[in-house]
Amino acid sequence: MRRLLQRVGLGPRPGELDAAATAGFDATLAALTTPSRAPDAGVVATPPPSFPPPPPVPGKNDLAARRALLAQEATQSRQLAIWWLDRMAAVEQPFPERLTWFWHGHFATSAQKVRFATLMYEQNAAQRRLGGGDFRALAQAMIVDPAMLIWLDGAGNTAAHPNENLAREFMELFTLGVGDYTETDVRQAARALTGWGVNVAAGTSAAEPRRHDPGPETVLGATGAFDAASLVDVLLARPASPRFVAGRVWTRFVSDTPPDAATLDALTTAYGPGHDVTALLRAAVGTPAFRDPASVLVRQPVDWLVGALRALRLPASKLPAAALQGGLTGLGQVPFHPPNVGGWPAGASWLTTAAALARVKFAQALVTAGDITPVADAPVGGRVEATAALLGLPDLTARTRSALAPLAGNPPELVAAALASPENAVSA
Amino acid sequence: MKTAVPILSRRRFLAYSAGAAAVAAAGGLGWYDLAERTRVDPLPPGTGVLVVVTLYGGNDGLNTVVPASDSAYQAARPHLAYAEHEVLDLGEGLGLNPGMTGLHQQWTAGTLAIVRGVSYPQPNHSHFRSMDIWQTGSPDRPLPTGWLGRWLDATGADPLKAISLEPVLPPMLAGATTAGAALPLSGLVLPKGPLGNAFVAMGAPADGESAPQAMAARAITDLHRATQALGPAVTDTSATAQPAETTKGRAGGGLAAQLEVVARCIETGTPPRVYSVSLGGFDTHADERDTQQRLLTEFDGAVSAFLTRMAGTDRGRHVVLLAYSEFGRRVAANANQGTDHGTAGPILVAGAGVKGGFVGRQPSLTDLDDGDLKPSTDFRDVYATMLANVLGTDPAQVLGPGRSTLPLLTA
Repeated sequence: MRRLLQRVGLGPRPGELDAAATAGFDATLAALTTPSRAPDAGVVATPPPSFPPPPPVPGKNDLAARRALLAQEATQSRQLAIWWLDRMAAVEQPFPERLTWFWHGHFATSAQKVRFATLMYEQNAAQRRLGGGDFRALAQAMIVDPAMLIWLDGAGNTAAHPNENLAREFMELFTLGVGDYTETDVRQAARALTGWGVNVAAGTSAAEPRRHDPGPETVLGATGAFDAASLVDVLLARPASPRFVAGRVWTRFVSDTPPDAATLDALTTAYGPGHDVTALLRAAVGTPAFRDPASVLVRQPVDWLVGALRALRLPASKLPAAALQGGLTGLGQVPFHPPNVGGWPAGASWLTTAAALARVKFAQALVTAGDITPVADAPVGGRVEATAALLGLPDLTARTRSALAPLAGNPPELVAAALASPENAVSA
Repeated sequence: MKTAVPILSRRRFLAYSAGAAAVAAAGGLGWYDLAERTRVDPLPPGTGVLVVVTLYGGNDGLNTVVPASDSAYQAARPHLAYAEHEVLDLGEGLGLNPGMTGLHQQWTAGTLAIVRGVSYPQPNHSHFRSMDIWQTGSPDRPLPTGWLGRWLDATGADPLKAISLEPVLPPMLAGATTAGAALPLSGLVLPKGPLGNAFVAMGAPADGESAPQAMAARAITDLHRATQALGPAVTDTSATAQPAETTKGRAGGGLAAQLEVVARCIETGTPPRVYSVSLGGFDTHADERDTQQRLLTEFDGAVSAFLTRMAGTDRGRHVVLLAYSEFGRRVAANANQGTDHGTAGPILVAGAGVKGGFVGRQPSLTDLDDGDLKPSTDFRDVYATMLANVLGTDPAQVLGPGRSTLPLLTA
């Protein structure tokens, strides 16, 4: 149940773990993954920021204006990240944000190169709108998404001189996985994607027929005069594609150990001809592997942080800006700044010495700003248990229990230490 | 990026951390008692140290070590090529990118070697697969361990012997039983008092703990040891310790800031023998010339300042720096004044003990493999040379049999 709230949700808020235990696993999964018609007060309370249209590009020699523009872009991308963390901390129905976070890591696009916060937000909104439905609609939106076209140089890929970047990464990282295509397929697919341009001020993209290669192209054995939409259909028709998408879902939601062949078949059957992401996810979470004690996942830094924010009823924007920015940078994960198009790693590479230090420092800032009354109000002898319950921790090891016990008289330090514990670094 | 997952060996884990942190947890020892028990001996003077610089994104080798006098180069890259008079002459018709003035001085001084045409059989054009191949040292099949992680495994399994200056561990430093430690660029100081004691105590192993949770615990103990051994060097607040201008806004810190910490660690004789630092942004599919020259200027400034500083100290003269990227780029430019993913590229090796000059044959610009350079040198031979001549380890232990070493060092 803890896994369900941590992985399909974004971590329990006070009281939610008990409520879910009463409702049971299946009912909780169904409630989490079924869109509610009632407005979500957390969404209402966190409207997205709006950014002024970008100023005209300063001249090459106008260094002051160029610096000012860079500073403004950095500020806007920070505002956008803080807004999203606030949204993730506030929502009552966490599943749409959970999926959006998953797709942000899948179609990993960085503001470092895209620069325009409005375009980053529009991509984020498209992932939120389409992320729980038909993967085909999502993929077709992403392949001509303005931020994506800038990020992978799709804007400027022309019939006269194709640029392979978008075509290659769309096959390798977004739809098929490495090994299911040849270098020739990459070059042919790039021709199908020629001609797209981005209008930054309008936040739109459009195909310019003059710059589009009329084809025909041969991609993965299919020949036709392909464009972006029909190329996506060719890719998604490959048997490798459902398995690839299922594998990505599995790694982030279930286990580091790949599913066996029968499980993979069941997952791709659930995904089906409608490419149904929510059905795939429900199937993955319903497997015995999800409940297997061995299926422990390392929490990504943003998962760790959002779990803490929800438990402590703390909007990210209430943290000192330096603590938030320094904490995320120290942990190595800043929303809208994935390290590259492959997204962030999964697993043990997060468990470094530097991250251990960053967690304990971040934890101190979190307890200073957050609400720890459920622990402070507990009798001294019950505070370690109250802390474990507040943070949704599994049964504590004797090691951690005895390490925390001396802090019972100091609730902020007790909660900070528990946030930095090995138990809280993983989704056990 | 696909990342190798180091597998925890329970036996080694106990041997390593039970003595320190578990004692503290059980006996209520304070921070300073623990410090004494985990004291780390300094590196003996004269010990070789390897600094690996990873250039993420696929650095364009042909615009780094530039064949400017080759008409085929000029023809393939009409808007991207450097003219002969723009590059910094290296001889043999090659010149360094104009941004690399500091390394050109190293070349003139005879302390920079350039290994040309480096790749591996059947080069892979995926960033992630190719970087995995370079970091694991295994082109033939995926391996769960990095080449320097296996070196850690083979030489005593001490995570403090290989240090990353990024928060996320590069696969290169993940071994089967040991993973290198990662350091922050500043503030390697733990909380004091009861919170600090509780935090350290949570680094002890616990019965029945899952492998990832045990690794999280071990990272706390490794952090404690790293703080003892390296804290003073990392938290130095002297004038030279100010982060460089280029570090602002970049996760993980700029290359200059990373090398600043490395330099201080080396000068104070801290235990690591391997340091991993990096610079990203080399995936120049568009508007390559300005972007790459800016990055190479940052690289050059950071690396040449580091090399000059190292040459001035006894310990520093035993430091060898190696810089590589996961692939070079296509010979012909694309429509966006950029280049797509290619194959072979140069490796730079520098340091006071390095034998300057070219090693390996420059790939032909006309005899191509489907638009790509044909490699002339296997990167594993460069690794083998570093293992044998800098780290004093038999390369076969790390890379398997059959590698040769290259004439890259004077001694």
